[in-house]
Amino acid sequence: MTSKNKNWEYSPSLEGTGHIKLKKKYDLFINGKWVKSSSKKYFKTINPNDEKLIAEISHANQKDVDLAVNSARKAYDTVWSKMPANERGKYIYRIARIMQERAKELAVIESLDSGKPIREARDIDIPLACNHFFYYAGWADKLDYAFPNRKTKPLGVAGQIIPWNFPLLMAAWKIAPALAAGNTVVLKPAETTSLTALKLAEIIEESGLPAGVVNIITGHGDTGASIVNHPDINKIAFTGSTGVGKIIQKAIAGTDKKATLELGGKSANIIFDDAPLDQAIEGIVNGIFFNQGHVCCAGSRLFVQENIADKVIRKLKHRMKSLVVGNPLDKNTDVGAINSKEQLHIINKYIKLGKKEGAEIYQSECSIPKKGFFCPPTIFTNVAQSSIIVQEEIFGPVLTIQTFRTVDEVIQKANNTPFGLAAGVWTDKGSRIFNLTTKLKAGVVWANTYNKFDPASPFGGYKESGFGREGGMHGLSAYLKLS
Amino acid sequence: MKRVEILKTYKIYSGGKFPRTESGRYYLALDKKGNPIANMCMGSRKDVRNAVVSARKALGAWSGKTAFNRSQILYRIAEVLEGRKSQFVEELILQGSQKNMAIKEVEDSIDRIVYYAGWCDKFCQIGSSVNPVSSSHFNFSTYEPVGVVGLIAPQDSSLLGLVSLLMPIIAGGNTCVVLANESLPLCSITFSEVLHASDVPGGAVNIITGHISELIKPLSTHMDVNALAFSGLNELKKEIDLFSVENLKRVRSYDLNWKNTDTQGLHYITDFQEVKTTWHPIENIGGATSTY
Repeated sequence: MTSKNKNWEYSPSLEGTGHIKLKKKYDLFINGKWVKSSSKKYFKTINPNDEKLIAEISHANQKDVDLAVNSARKAYDTVWSKMPANERGKYIYRIARIMQERAKELAVIESLDSGKPIREARDIDIPLACNHFFYYAGWADKLDYAFPNRKTKPLGVAGQIIPWNFPLLMAAWKIAPALAAGNTVVLKPAETTSLTALKLAEIIEESGLPAGVVNIITGHGDTGASIVNHPDINKIAFTGSTGVGKIIQKAIAGTDKKATLELGGKSANIIFDDAPLDQAIEGIVNGIFFNQGHVCCAGSRLFVQENIADKVIRKLKHRMKSLVVGNPLDKNTDVGAINSKEQLHIINKYIKLGKKEGAEIYQSECSIPKKGFFCPPTIFTNVAQSSIIVQEEIFGPVLTIQTFRTVDEVIQKANNTPFGLAAGVWTDKGSRIFNLTTKLKAGVVWANTYNKFDPASPFGGYKESGFGREGGMHGLSAYLKLS
Repeated sequence: MKRVEILKTYKIYSGGKFPRTESGRYYLALDKKGNPIANMCMGSRKDVRNAVVSARKALGAWSGKTAFNRSQILYRIAEVLEGRKSQFVEELILQGSQKNMAIKEVEDSIDRIVYYAGWCDKFCQIGSSVNPVSSSHFNFSTYEPVGVVGLIAPQDSSLLGLVSLLMPIIAGGNTCVVLANESLPLCSITFSEVLHASDVPGGAVNIITGHISELIKPLSTHMDVNALAFSGLNELKKEIDLFSVENLKRVRSYDLNWKNTDTQGLHYITDFQEVKTTWHPIENIGGATSTY
């Protein structure tokens, strides 16, 4: 039955911003203090919804990185490595609690700065970030239980570089296990989304964590490079593109620096003809349009069993019509703003390329705000395994759809990529699920669900999607020297 | 008249066969005094590539075996090696070992194989986890083999070094392309005969002799090799790391004396494993619960 109200209009339901506290200018958080960058340079962070200035952010240079690493080293040598593990854990618990108290403020700022829908920031990013600290806090004095027959020791100073798609959550994924394992930290958020990391620095300040244990410095790629190349860093943890991941690997070749890399993906989402279709459609939508498709594990390659392909595509198009694209702060919004002008260019470039490659495009006929950076949910059919839009990570709300007939065929097609971060399987048959989940070369496999995350659940990729795991017991080993 | 002895021809081990190197080249293995003891195949880039193809093909067969079956096959390797102990002792002596040291090296190797045979169907139970997520999902993480592993055999030990790294790699279901010890190569090729006689599927282990300096590049730049292991070779570490970047190989470098008893353990297996996490919803509708 089609609805008479074809436009699915909702009254706006804007989240208020009156309660948030933001400074006009942010300096660097080094050694427990807010210090001015010796570069004296600031860059602007804008709201991708209306391109308006939110705040000015400090651009850390080599000298600032030196200062941050030195203070992390000093804090490691004099305080953090000497503190009893249970005391260390209590500081991490404190951080988790203060984050929970300020969750609403963090959610609004995250949505403002990154463009993600407030609903997602409020219900997913921020609670998961808090929970990550809470989860790892409890590990601090139990590390020996995780690695039977081995002795654990922290690595030292961890340099952590995080992306703009889940700004606070990625900061939590990096900082919480590092601290629990006894390391000190220099963290750099992405240049378009520094604000929640800086708010986290305020929370850390408020928690009374000893000075220098966590240092948060902002900047661009050059700041990140200075961290990676700093001789006194013991560990690099990076989440971002496969391209930059490889640059980092080259930079640390031959050194004793340990690395975890959580990189790109082109994950397969596979729908069998016996799948619960309405749930699967929701799974497809959540897989690719969650967070505007700015998700490393996005289900960006859809594989539909041939005999149900027409039906699935028809249902998917129908569902796409009801997706609300617009102001991230509106609680009705399903798909928010693309994080930056640069990223919008990249996505549009791929959309153009897809058309040029001969694929058939469908975009939902939603109204798109005139200002800001927006991209309507987009699907491509009639694509080939060799199409560039099937091979390369787009990092936007763009889905390619292929069909298959047999289980073997879809396993071959799904695995035929240099990436291996995640995969989804939709079928009613349990034995088939386990056949696929064991044969798909991916670090995370969601069966009859997609894009679920939890602090207790290890996350990370196979092949060129990087190495090492974040989350769960397995996430600890990234920050420990075992002997 | 004294009987004319049959000399052994040392060939490479690739795809479950014993071909000569496709390059037709050879080099001399020397004893401690510098006297030639055997003509070894001087393996080539092409030999490495062929071996990787074989290893990839064999991955399904080897990783698809039950862990229990892999355990039996590893134990079988130990059995066969025990039966051919004297041959290895002779080769080690030929390569310059003292007799008692040679015997010890072979015995330690056998014991190490038995040690890893026992791990095959147990390491997953120790490192896996059921993760208590805060939503209605069943969530577990377990190990899977990383895939095709390139192993540059330890250069300071002919048999025990090879066994110490090869066994944990294959115990975990990986297949392997080995660059043999260059200056002490005899045992590696004779060991491939042991593997061959022990139900290890052809291609699961491939062993190439030759110049390490020449073969490192084709092995560590190969896009279908998932991980790389080596021991020592500190002067080559940077080069190997750089070669491995393009497909993000998992590089495991060790600096250990494999003769020590503590150079075996669970973590040598898990160094060549990926952690896979699987999620599935748990139906949670209706109010019925049972507290009994």
